[in-house]
Amino acid sequence: MSAIMDTEANANRQAVTMRDGVEVAGAAEAGAPSAAGGAAVRPRQKAGNRRSSVPPWLMQIVAPLLGLAFMVLVWQIIAMNNSQFPTPLLTLQEALKLFADPFYRTSPNDQGIGWNILASLQRVGVGFGLAALVGIPLGFMIGRFNFLSSMFGPIISLLKPVSPLAWLPIGLLVFKSANPAAIWSIFICSIWPMVINTAVGVQRVPQDYMNVARVLNLSEWKIITKILFPSVLPYMLTGVRLAIGTAWLVIVAAEMLTGGVGIGFWVWDEWNNLNVPHIIIAIVVIGVVGLLLEQLLVTLAKAFTYEQVVS
Amino acid sequence: METRDAKFIDIHQVEMLFNTRKGQFHALRDINLTVRKGEFVTLIGHSGCGKSTLLNLIAGLLMPSEGVLICASREIGGPSPERAVVFQNHSLLPWLTCFENIYLGVERVFSATENKSAMKERTKAALALVGLSAAGQKRPHEISGGMKQRVGIARALAMEPKVLLMDEPFGALDALTRAHLQDELLKIVAKTGSTVVMVTHDVDEAVLLSDRIVMMTNGPAATIGEIVQVRLARPRERLALAQDPLYAEYRTSVLEFLYRKQAVAHAA
Repeated sequence: MSAIMDTEANANRQAVTMRDGVEVAGAAEAGAPSAAGGAAVRPRQKAGNRRSSVPPWLMQIVAPLLGLAFMVLVWQIIAMNNSQFPTPLLTLQEALKLFADPFYRTSPNDQGIGWNILASLQRVGVGFGLAALVGIPLGFMIGRFNFLSSMFGPIISLLKPVSPLAWLPIGLLVFKSANPAAIWSIFICSIWPMVINTAVGVQRVPQDYMNVARVLNLSEWKIITKILFPSVLPYMLTGVRLAIGTAWLVIVAAEMLTGGVGIGFWVWDEWNNLNVPHIIIAIVVIGVVGLLLEQLLVTLAKAFTYEQVVS
Repeated sequence: METRDAKFIDIHQVEMLFNTRKGQFHALRDINLTVRKGEFVTLIGHSGCGKSTLLNLIAGLLMPSEGVLICASREIGGPSPERAVVFQNHSLLPWLTCFENIYLGVERVFSATENKSAMKERTKAALALVGLSAAGQKRPHEISGGMKQRVGIARALAMEPKVLLMDEPFGALDALTRAHLQDELLKIVAKTGSTVVMVTHDVDEAVLLSDRIVMMTNGPAATIGEIVQVRLARPRERLALAQDPLYAEYRTSVLEFLYRKQAVAHAA
């Protein structure tokens, strides 16, 4: 019974930490059982009020918090039944230690988590940027000219389902070094969504607009800048979004294989050290960074998407 | 020069076949039509009779399977700004302002001979012509359907086309807006002396605007059934015409053609 109470207290504490940040986290570290018990009671009262009148914003906060609490609860139960698995509390303490100094550098193989994340982001940035540089113009041309579409269509269909990691040995062979090989994998995995989405966007430009272009006899340059590009932009940004999601998935796996600095290698390193809390922290960090990248691009897409006129 | 103006648009023995999945579809057969310079011609017929196809042929958006189309002594080989099209659904680019939409066409036609400020003046003049000087900086989704259609007309007129082609330009508008724009179109055409070919399915619109009404038989393999000369004096006044017995006569003869001679059995 008391164990379950304790779990709930933990869950609530975790939830509050997420919302209020450092201040409450500090209180959690102090961690007096009575204080924890109080924290457990308070949200319950709130839940009671909620039933009488349900403001939607409260629901929007409460529901995700409950989900988080449930996850932490499951985690706690697993941890209690498995001595090798760290409890949420232990992991939190480890995380606080880790994030207290994210940018230390003792040796090339022992750097702060901040450096590791930045190293991964840099690889993704370079590979992804190169892919955009090649993929978007290629997508435009494939969408614009049927001949190119027929020419490259089968190749793209063949290569698209290949796991980017299968390309890693080719990268190692050609570049003779781990870092460019990892970037190469990112390049290969992020180019397909951008090529395909851009091409589809170009092919789906409303015929009305193309008729306008034909009647006005616009030059190819004007067609691209005034009609195709604005019309394709939403599709293109969807491709970019898909690509960055995949790139972030792939970099972790690629770094596990190539080693060096980076969040993926860090996970592998911590596994070799049998430091399970760090692995869990890394999982959360990878998730958060991926989420932020996605959100960034969603915001970007919204800013650049013109209202489609439906009339 | 005389024949050139009399046969400003010359459509000669045009056949149009479409290759569809079910085989060939014979859309138009045996089309012969000439349009005088400065004439206002409407094409009228039931839906599916190929009147839009004929307009697209004149626009150069389609190529005839057989026969030739000539405009100003030259064979029509493709779309060109000298034959401007006003589309039924206005087809304004949503990411450009009204001004920019018009400027796009102006720039294409006049950039070789005029500087920027002259072209901007032209764009402004075109907006003023359709009474939309105030809406230049608005985007298409910020203005009403009637205004969008007027911008479409302004875009076409700003290019100073030899021929203005209109594909049911007022079809998507409510009756009051449509009447208003018809009156405006009458004034604009009187001012510019444009040669106009317009597709419509509105009998009153056809009689009010046209010098000639070209009535098409039902498809497939549609052709020109009858042509009515509308000898009503210009400028035409909507209210005065409503009382005019001649107007009623033209109206009746078009209705007669559409609903007796070319009655559609499965008309909804």
